[in-house]
Amino acid sequence: MELRELTITKVRESLLKKKFSSLELTRAYLDKIRKDDKEISAFLTITEELAVEQAKRVDDLISKGAKLPILAGVPIAVKDNILVKGVRATCASKILENYTALYDATCIRKIKDLGAVILGKTNLDEFAMGASTEYSGFFPTKNPYDKERVPGGSSGGSAAAVAGDLCLASLGSDTGGSIRQPACFCGVVGLKPTYGAVSRYGLVAFASSLDQIGPITKTAEDARIIFESICGKDEKDPTSVESKIQNTKFKIQNLRIGVPKEYFIKGMDKGVEEAVKKAIGEIEERGAKVIEISLPHTEYVIPTYYLIAVSEASANLARYDGIKYGYSKVKSQISKAKSLLEVYLKTRAEGFGDEVKRRIMLGTYALSAGYYDAYYLKAEKVRTLIKQDFERAFKKVDLVFTPVSPTPAFKFGQRTKDPLSMYLADIFTSSVNLAGLPAVSVPIANKNNLPVGLQIIGKPLEENKILEIAKIYE
Amino acid sequence: MITKEQVRHIAKLARIELSEKELKKFQRELSSILDYFDILKKIDTEKVEPTFHIEKKIKVMREDIADSEDPKVVDKIIEAAPDKKEKYFKVKAILQ
Repeated sequence: MELRELTITKVRESLLKKKFSSLELTRAYLDKIRKDDKEISAFLTITEELAVEQAKRVDDLISKGAKLPILAGVPIAVKDNILVKGVRATCASKILENYTALYDATCIRKIKDLGAVILGKTNLDEFAMGASTEYSGFFPTKNPYDKERVPGGSSGGSAAAVAGDLCLASLGSDTGGSIRQPACFCGVVGLKPTYGAVSRYGLVAFASSLDQIGPITKTAEDARIIFESICGKDEKDPTSVESKIQNTKFKIQNLRIGVPKEYFIKGMDKGVEEAVKKAIGEIEERGAKVIEISLPHTEYVIPTYYLIAVSEASANLARYDGIKYGYSKVKSQISKAKSLLEVYLKTRAEGFGDEVKRRIMLGTYALSAGYYDAYYLKAEKVRTLIKQDFERAFKKVDLVFTPVSPTPAFKFGQRTKDPLSMYLADIFTSSVNLAGLPAVSVPIANKNNLPVGLQIIGKPLEENKILEIAKIYE
Repeated sequence: MITKEQVRHIAKLARIELSEKELKKFQRELSSILDYFDILKKIDTEKVEPTFHIEKKIKVMREDIADSEDPKVVDKIIEAAPDKKEKYFKVKAILQ
């Protein structure tokens, strides 16, 4: 069995033709994880018992000749900020190091019902705050293409696990690029769905108006299958929406592709620029009309995105107080917390890493009396302008093509000394979250043995269309 | 540039204890980030409405009725608490 060659459809065919059993496939992946993850470090937890139990259930269905659900036997890894009942969920934070999830996230319940096999939980930047997994509270994940380089982030473990054949597909979360940028760095496909298309119930909240769960896969077809398995309205997430699976029939000749001039910036990596322009040329050759567009508020995207994200994070992370669950100084004898306030101060000082502290403090500042209007409210107003930029563009074009990241995977330590330089890694992706749109990162080239990705942005709920276009580049 | 006193104040509001060394480090880092954020001041947003949420029609209110939970789950919730007594979370005295 050649793991690299497997897709969801091939797994299904092989299981039905009895080329291998679900248990054999699961064991092959678990062995591969044991062997290769020592070097890649994509996993925080391996859920062998759960995986074997799920695989046996699939084999039972096969032996009974029962109908196989769409994800039957598909080995999937899950980012460690998505809850799987009975399994540790750390968010790569010391503050949740020993926290066990008491329920399944809606997307997990759905993939379990559809027969998926969950192999384990993957590494991330602590609470999904970062672009390299270097801010993980435990250890960084390495890029399977070049182990001196980062896999991107925050879903770096999920992307590296797919690229390293440690799972067939994975789930990640994307607040400002956290699925698309690591998918790009690791040469795999990453889909950030329309805001609300996938329920956020059971996703540990970072910035609630921006967070979305999505798949990381080897092919656009696999991304489509997983997306359709996890999308839909959920009464447990009032912001979720019903996403009708649309007819994806269209002619390339009728497509208008918008290329925003602001997304080809000075200082961008030459190889990335070349590869993306070549990819745009390819669709033009196939008859699509390529139109230069303008998204005039692009230079304000990063400050707007970060102000909103840190403000929401400072509120969301207030729940880690050392009282209800997680790391706590409440009973510590050594540093004797004498008052409730001291329990809070010491628990959070020791439980959170520096990047999380920076963001909580920035958010606290942006929301505090006297600064709310100048920072938080201002950013929410500029968000309107950024959203309108896209609305105006989508009156003239059907899709928008951009690079995913201005550079390919960078080396460890290159950006950790200057937190702001890490923020700039999200420069082409976070506008999509601010506008709530779907976007896919698809690998288009290898430059100096490092993958380069193209970002295809669609109108709300047009996931299937952008994935159909992504297939052109496979 | 924000002052050391401001950082101290924010850290307290955020319930994060900082050492003197950390205060200095975060003062430098937060200042450089906030300086960068200042480019937003260039845009006139006087007549622009904020977008707090992408979907404006969401109905987020529901009846204030508690769902019943499996007692085993309730036990596990209590079990996860760092300090507890019977079925309660235990906290330090707030009033002296």
